[in-house]
This record gives sequence, structure tokens and C-alpha cells, in this order.
Amino acid sequence: MKNYREDFPILDLHVKGKKIIYLDSAATSQRPRAVLEAVEKYVQEENGNPHRGSHTLSLRATEAFDAARLKVQKFIGAKSTKEIIFTKNATEAINLVAYSYALDYLTKEDQIVITIAEHHANLVTWQQIARKTGAKLVYMYVDDQGRLPLKELEKINERTKLVACTHMSNVLGSIFPVSEVIKKAHEVGAKVLIDGAQAVPHMPVNVDEMDCDFYVFSGHKMYSLMGVGVLYGKEEILEKMQPFLYGGDMIEYVYEQETSFNELPYKFEAGTQGVESIVSLGAAIDYLHQVGFQNIHEREMALTKYALEELSKLSYIHIVGPTDLTNRGAVISFTVEGVHPHDVSMILDHYGVGVRAGHHCAQPLLRYLDVHACSRASFAFYNTKEEVDALVINLDEVRRVMGYGTK
Amino acid sequence: MELSSLYTQVILDHNKETKNRREILGHTHKERGHNPSCGDDITIEAKIEDGIIKDLAYHGHGCSISQASASMMTDLLTGKTVEEALALVEIFLSMIKREIDDIDYLEEVLDEASILQGISNLPARVKCAVLAWHTLKEAIAKNQ
Repeated sequence: MKNYREDFPILDLHVKGKKIIYLDSAATSQRPRAVLEAVEKYVQEENGNPHRGSHTLSLRATEAFDAARLKVQKFIGAKSTKEIIFTKNATEAINLVAYSYALDYLTKEDQIVITIAEHHANLVTWQQIARKTGAKLVYMYVDDQGRLPLKELEKINERTKLVACTHMSNVLGSIFPVSEVIKKAHEVGAKVLIDGAQAVPHMPVNVDEMDCDFYVFSGHKMYSLMGVGVLYGKEEILEKMQPFLYGGDMIEYVYEQETSFNELPYKFEAGTQGVESIVSLGAAIDYLHQVGFQNIHEREMALTKYALEELSKLSYIHIVGPTDLTNRGAVISFTVEGVHPHDVSMILDHYGVGVRAGHHCAQPLLRYLDVHACSRASFAFYNTKEEVDALVINLDEVRRVMGYGTK
Repeated sequence: MELSSLYTQVILDHNKETKNRREILGHTHKERGHNPSCGDDITIEAKIEDGIIKDLAYHGHGCSISQASASMMTDLLTGKTVEEALALVEIFLSMIKREIDDIDYLEEVLDEASILQGISNLPARVKCAVLAWHTLKEAIAKNQ
């Protein structure tokens, strides 16, 4: 069986004499050599400012830029490249929808429905829109296994104009019933934004079949460089929306007192984009296809299954989220009895194991679950069973260092 | 840095210590401090009368370093005048910023809290160590 670690130069690093064990891919994934080489090629052979010149390098850059957009379109099954807007990250994509859609179309008669499991990016943004428009922000709550019960969808009603829902929770690891959410929202005439930041690196996504109105994700969680995100939006909705940012390349004609705007998708891409990052996203998509989602799914689920089994043998570990594999991704949050997550991550790091600690940009969720903070191990297909073993063995060390019993 | 020199018995004991972790009935000063990045969240309460800290305590939750640091601060500053306390807070903060590194002096004035000197080498934990001290300073400044 191929060891995909070899594709990722950074995973050759040694920390305190041991090969680094990276269990924080949900925060940001690592970048494969193929992505780094594509960026190097762009920088050394193709870099110019796209759409801003007729010389060789500007044209090459335009070509690279457009090629990446086409890859993204096909990757998520969008109908047209007009529906693919590049942003800085998923957060900016959500803000674009908030400012250019929600602010103009929502009133104090309306409701915005989100889930309690949203990342702050998909929560604080809607709080602000609710404050500015007077709309009411309504939450759908998860059950004790961290899943969204279909009964909660009844909160989507005639007053609802917008539903924002994560595809997969970055804390719980649960995959939410987005098809049902979208169907229910459309029944009452509401638009739906799906936050796919955690889903896109792990499963095939088809926005056309899903029928969502907006879908957002970040490149850096799916093996590209940081600094690129994507907003997918249905063309007819994007057409009606006002620009988010103003500046170069998003214009058609500019006069002293007025301006007409460029067509989609450029209307929403003011100023020079992070073309290196966008090129890297295209290369990351090629790489993901090469590895194959079936292969990715099998490997990541095998690791998740094994980790859940091994962690359940430790009496002092409490899993925050689903304890079985149904509708679940490769993110496992947990608490260690008696030990604060910050100490857990620090001690694990001492043994070369990198996990995330804290509230994972989801304070309302943790408050709802009555957990102050937790640790999170998240896997990608480049992780191994041995790395899960290292996590489990060193959790015993965590307890020992902090003066508690093990097992 | 070795783990054992960070997680010393003194820190582990203070982390589990409960006598300083309580609310103060009739407190004169109260302030909540928070480290958004790691989730440490503690509230400092003090009863200050005639310029003297008659009682000092904390509650909330956070990592062992933030909790131990709060507990050590409580031990050190209870009974001190406000001026003395504020001066000691500054010495502690200077220690963490590596502006004062004379360990004999630090041990003499900060007592057990001088154990946290090593934190100055751990950027990820500096905020945890200073949280209680900053919060107390804030509480006094707001209500003087």
C-alpha cells in the first residue's frame, strides 16, 4: 500500500529526533510536492498580471488563472466558470454573500437559520447581518452524538430567507444532512449557503446535484497554498448581487462619477488575485483526482475507526462527537479527564504529535455541549496507523506528567 | 525545555489547589480575563480595604499554567498593600518578558511564582502565565 507521506516534503521533518506526526489537517493540510512544483513552474515561467497586458507573461498568467478556475468548476460540478469566484478563503466567501446578498435582501421580518455547530466564520457573520438588518438569527441544535436531528429542520419556516449550514463540523466531525437542509429551505423559498471547508478535502462534492445556492471552501485545507478560497454561487443569484469589493479588473467602463461592472465571475474579484495560490489550488485538485476520493475515503475512515476504537479503551478520554462511523469524517475531538487541552497539546507536542487545542473557532457549540475546550486530532490520507498509536500511547504520558493514573 | 521542569510538582499542586479557587463574598474588585486563542477564562475577585488586599481569589477554567499562576499570585499578594501588589505584578510581568532574569532576586520577591520564569522561553504559554496578573492589574485600575 502506498505511503502518501512520501508525497509531502514537510512530513520528512523531525521534531526532537522523531519524525513529525501531524494530526491537525482540519486546521490546515500539508502541501504535496506536485502542488509545490506547479507553483514553482508558475513563478519561474508564467508569472505576470492576468487580464492586464498583452505580453507573453501576462497571457501565460491569464491562461494559468483561467485553467485553475475551470478545474474548480469541474471539481465541484458547477454549471459554469461564471459561478466560481476566487476569494482569500472560505471566511471571505461567506462575508461576500453576507454583504452582497444578505444585507440587500433581508429585512427585520426575516429569519436566518444556522446550526449551533458553525465555525465562527459562518456564525459571527450572520450575527452581524442579523444586527444590521433586524432579521432574527435562529439556531438548529445537535443531539448528544453531535448529529443534526431532522426535527431541527422544522425551524426553517416561511419567515426564513437564508440558511447557513456546515457540510461537516470542524469540531464534531459529523457530516450534516445538507441535502435535507437544502430541500427544506427551498420549500419555503430560502437560499442556502453550505460551508464545505471541512468536506471538500475528503469527499466528492457536486453543487449542482446538491442544489445549494452558495457553497464555500478554502484551498489550504485541501492541499493548496494558503490565501485562496472559493465561493460557488448560482449564476442567476450572483448576477443580481452587487459587487463586494471595488477596484481593478471588476470594472467595465469607469467615468469620473460612475462605473459599470465587469461580468461574472470578475465582478466579484477586485484587484490582483493570489494567482500563485489559485494555481496551487488547480494543482491540488489534479493531485486529489490522482489519489482518488474512494482511496482517500477508505484510508481516512480506517484511521478514524481505529482511533475511535483505541481511544475508547482509555477510561479518561471523552469523545466530543459521534462515536461511530455513520456520517462522520476524520476529525476526532476529545477531552482528557483532569487535564486542560492546552496542556494535552503541549505534552503531545513534546513527543512529536501535533494536535489542536482550544475552542476550535466554535465557542457557542462548546458552550452548548458544556465543554470549556477540547483537543482535536484530525486525519488526512497521509496519516498512518502508527501515528494513531503514537497519539494513544502518548495520551498515557499526558496523564502521567500531570500526576494522574493511566488507563 | 524538559517537560518535568515545566510541569513541576509545585505547578501541578497549585493547578489542583482549591483554597484559592473560590468566590469572595462582598468583594470590592472583580475582573474577568480571557485568552481567546486557547480558551483560558478566569475571574479574579479581591476584597481591598484601606489600601490593603484583605482577600484574593480566582475562579474559572484554563490550562495548568494559567491556573497555577493564578493560585501562586493569590498566595503572594494576599495581605499586601495595593502599591506593593502592583509592583510585584510588574516584576512578574518583567520576568516573563525576560527583562529581569536574576533568579535569586526573583525567588526572593516572587517566591513560588518565580518557578514560572521558564515560561519566558515558551511563546505558546506566555499568555497563560500572565493572564491572572494582567486581570488583577485591570481590576485595580478600573476600580481605584
